[in-house]
Amino acid sequence: MARVVVMGAGVSGHTASTFLKKWLGNEHEVIVVTPNSKWNWIPSNIWVGVGQMTKKDVTFDLAPVYEKAGIDYKQAKAVSIHPEGGEKTDKPYITIEYTDPSKAGETEEVTYDYLINATGPKLNFAATEGLGPDNGYTVSVCTADHATHAAEEFNKLKDRMRKGEHVKILIGTGHGMCTCQGAAFEYIFNIEHELRQAGLRDKATITWISNESFLGDFGIGGLHIKRGGYAASSKLFAESLFAERDVSWIIGAHVSKVEEGKVHYELLDGETGVEEFDFSMLIPPFAGVGLKAYAKDGSDITDTLFAPNGLMKVDADYTPKPYEEWKASDWPRTYQNPTYKNIFATGIAFAPPHLISKPMKSPNGTPINPTPPRTGMPSGIIGKTVAQSIVDMINGASEPTHHASMAEMGAACVASTGKGLFNGTAAALTVYPVVPDFEKYPGLGRDLDYTFGEIGLAGHWIKHILHHMFIWKAKLKPGWALIPE
Amino acid sequence: MAEAKHSEHVHHIKPYSPEFETMVPTGIVKFLRTCVIWQFIRFIIINIKMLIVVQKSHH
Repeated sequence: MARVVVMGAGVSGHTASTFLKKWLGNEHEVIVVTPNSKWNWIPSNIWVGVGQMTKKDVTFDLAPVYEKAGIDYKQAKAVSIHPEGGEKTDKPYITIEYTDPSKAGETEEVTYDYLINATGPKLNFAATEGLGPDNGYTVSVCTADHATHAAEEFNKLKDRMRKGEHVKILIGTGHGMCTCQGAAFEYIFNIEHELRQAGLRDKATITWISNESFLGDFGIGGLHIKRGGYAASSKLFAESLFAERDVSWIIGAHVSKVEEGKVHYELLDGETGVEEFDFSMLIPPFAGVGLKAYAKDGSDITDTLFAPNGLMKVDADYTPKPYEEWKASDWPRTYQNPTYKNIFATGIAFAPPHLISKPMKSPNGTPINPTPPRTGMPSGIIGKTVAQSIVDMINGASEPTHHASMAEMGAACVASTGKGLFNGTAAALTVYPVVPDFEKYPGLGRDLDYTFGEIGLAGHWIKHILHHMFIWKAKLKPGWALIPE
Repeated sequence: MAEAKHSEHVHHIKPYSPEFETMVPTGIVKFLRTCVIWQFIRFIIINIKMLIVVQKSHH
């Protein structure tokens, strides 16, 4: 009997563990270690953050789902990896610390034959002074609880506006090295829509602030869409939406400090500025969750398993090289750790070889560029791919059998505005591949037949369907395995 | 007057502002975004395209 341990139960970890159990059956053991008691459909946190949904609508308890699937579920956080075993055993293991209230603080060693690191990111609010809802002055929509708090603050803001106050709203990224511009993009237009619906739009100045060097970069170096006989840049489409909705923008910005009602920022040209706000949602930068790794003799080998940012090294080409020399083949295909072949990292937990957007710095040396997005569809596909490889390796394959390079993978993204079936719209977007391949698609880097986008009700309906479909899938309801990632 | 009605969504734009220097949707584009019949057709097409992208992404 083989034992597979999955650290994390987000999109990638949950996809991996549920498919592993489905394919391996009761002959083998699947263990999930996650500090969370609930699964969260994060894309719908945007609707929670404007009060159109509640936490209950976007989360469910993991325990009954894993019990039904036959997966051993440990509500605990992973602390360290011991890939060579330790003093007492030669078998590799991880140490965990329970967050389950009934065992809070207890530790345990969990041995494994195969390990998947799908821990997702640490929301690194501490990278920017004054950032975030806990020790700062901005709200967040990164978790369901954060989004609930954001909706409460937004309601208070609307009350002030109803009394005649004119307010300033600032939404975007809270550091020069953030990813997930798409979430902030969706949130700003939901806020704008809600104010319009409430008849309060004229009482707000809404501003976007982001680390993108141009609007529509989205951390993937922008994209091109066929329209009117042209392949038009996403810059045009993004600017068009901001112009139409009367939202101004500050781009190429590293938010250096947040104070009550004030954001300090530095721009790519070295200029600094201050933007005042009454309500601000800024996405934090991501980092690894801080896992440590130890060799059999107890020496620290964290640097062997992890990149300096805490994300796990996989089969990518990490050789430092200039943007002009980046290739699609730099990107990992199997997500297997090069040193310990029974360890894999999926979703946000794997270390990308480099950015997708062109690296940029201000004259002061401050890096200001989006980091690569790995959420949603890529996370799910990578999780399933790794599960397929591990199943084959348990059954005798000597190496991973499936691959899912982000340079050979597309992504669909739906950024919805509003929640009503007939008064909302959405930008529905697909990009293929996620990482541009300038050798295969010279010039624009992507296949224009499968990279497209448009705004309308249709995308909005798709967003609604995705919400229900993916929660259905994650709950392992009938037919769940047929729903694509 | 009719022209003004179909361009309400751009009335706030000031000459030589960043918003003035980009493209903006015309009235017909705005109308089609919420035209249920047109959007139902687009719904089918977008779904097919997305399914092809999903299929091309699994190896």
